[in-house]
Amino acid sequence: MKITQHPVLSNRAYLTAYVGVWAVLTWLLVVLIHTSGAITMREATELLVPMMALYALIGLSTWYICKATPVNSTRDLRVFVTHLTAGFVLSFLWMHAGALYARLLGHSTRFYGMEERYAAHQTMLLLDGVLLYLLNAGFFYVVIAVEASREVERRAAETVALARDAELRALRAQINPHFLFNSLNSISALTSIDAARAREMCLLLADFLRLTLGMGERSMIPLSEELDLLEKFMAIEKVRFGARLDMQEDVQEEAKHCLIPPLLLQPLLENAVSHGIASMADGGWIRLAAQVENGTLGIIVENQRDDEAPPRRRSGGVGLKNVRSRLEARYGKDATFRVEPGEDRFRVSMSLPAEVGERK
Amino acid sequence: MTKAEKKVRTLVVDDEELARQVLRELLGAHPEIEVVAECRNGLEAVKAVSEHKPDLLFLDVQMPKLTGFDVLELIGSETPVIFVTAYDEYAMKAFDVHAVDYLLKPVGKDRLAAALERVKTRSREKPPVPAELALAARPAGQFAERLVVKDGTRVTLIPVAKLDFAEAQDDYVALASEGKKHLKQQTIASLEAALNPQQFVRIHRSYLVNLERVTRIEPYGKDSRVAVLSTGVRLPVSRAGYARLEALLEERG
Repeated sequence: MKITQHPVLSNRAYLTAYVGVWAVLTWLLVVLIHTSGAITMREATELLVPMMALYALIGLSTWYICKATPVNSTRDLRVFVTHLTAGFVLSFLWMHAGALYARLLGHSTRFYGMEERYAAHQTMLLLDGVLLYLLNAGFFYVVIAVEASREVERRAAETVALARDAELRALRAQINPHFLFNSLNSISALTSIDAARAREMCLLLADFLRLTLGMGERSMIPLSEELDLLEKFMAIEKVRFGARLDMQEDVQEEAKHCLIPPLLLQPLLENAVSHGIASMADGGWIRLAAQVENGTLGIIVENQRDDEAPPRRRSGGVGLKNVRSRLEARYGKDATFRVEPGEDRFRVSMSLPAEVGERK
Repeated sequence: MTKAEKKVRTLVVDDEELARQVLRELLGAHPEIEVVAECRNGLEAVKAVSEHKPDLLFLDVQMPKLTGFDVLELIGSETPVIFVTAYDEYAMKAFDVHAVDYLLKPVGKDRLAAALERVKTRSREKPPVPAELALAARPAGQFAERLVVKDGTRVTLIPVAKLDFAEAQDDYVALASEGKKHLKQQTIASLEAALNPQQFVRIHRSYLVNLERVTRIEPYGKDSRVAVLSTGVRLPVSRAGYARLEALLEERG
């Protein structure tokens, strides 16, 4: 909230509370003055209502003092001294303004001798004024606390929204619409040919999507988890391409425990399928290898391709660029990323520090 | 349907077995349709079209060897084609503009029925020009990387880097590549539009040349010139062609 935005003036609920509290305080003061003698209820009311209205109006400025001396960041004693001083100054001024008003009223026969009678109450009014000031300051501290907690809530919600947004964007980038629609088409075909396989395919697709969704939230995952995801992905593609797809995996046991950014390899496998296998009428192989050597995790994704194949519209460049920039962002110079297009094969290799996470 | 009515001889082309199966199954509900052959890629499709002379073609867009657009370019526009695609924003835009019907995977039976109905009513209309359709399906700033040519039943793929020049011959262009000439039914203007203008220059009303092949320009006669290619071929350069050539060479530095 900006300092220029006064909560009581900009928020109807605070305004109502402020006026309400002051009305009650006015009534209490009226009764107090009356019982302490020499002033009738009516006189007290006519004297104090304008005075209290004035004080309430001036009291709005207390907000700025409260903003400037937040309770949680300044030493409590200093806060108290600040407010006590401010309270005395303000109350003193207020009391004298009241005296002026009382003298004015004294000219009327109805309020005969008001000036003297007011003078008798001055000390009490001064102390009441200080008390009122402190109450007012208390009110504003409550307002500040409420606003702060609202701000925290709002910011937390915003952070969650941002994270979710990033995840969705990642998901949209990761999941090629081609993949999704073709998978749905396969399911549609299987429903009448082989219902059990259709159901299996639905489950595979659901598992794959669920795994992808969950991964976006984490910064690092063990390679074994990424492999699980890839397994689902390749199982789905296997339904589409059948014998045309030959997946070869050669992953060292030690490498499986290494941590990698989630969804790092999935785009590479997807490229290998859509640019490799899908372009070969009789199919081909995809090879995924990973191993740890001298504290470095090396990963290779390689696929066969047909160099005479029609160019694919959704070029793999986007996916490759994405993987490269993620590696750079995470590891800087400690990671390498190489793309080697060949005549009949396409190879992507990378190396990154082999980090093994503590198991929770 | 009466017995006298001729069946619609249909070809289904898709590289995925399941995709073909689902189409065949859905077509089974239309007794007037007879699936005469199924093809697993574009090359098979081109062969099957000249062999079976089908009345209707279901054509996947993204396939090995040749894309659906390549196939359409090669078989011409006489056979009505219904494209089938999973997702391809450019292709869909091209279809919309050029009024070929297309189905999105997964295909539903109602949409298929509507497409068949459209083919019936549209058969009298002017079919789309394949080259135009292929051009529209290409994202802006992306140029052809290869050309497809059919000699009889043989299909030849010419990577654009291997194209020396193209010569206009009425409704055809002769593509000169690696010492051979391939005839293709296409106008030189639409070929020019498909190729990268930084690499291919229209040096003459009838000639489009690969800039990489030009070794020198020689004066010829009073105020005309010829371009000499690295293969030794000499091609006429018109005055406007020379201006284009100069501008491009200047741009390149």
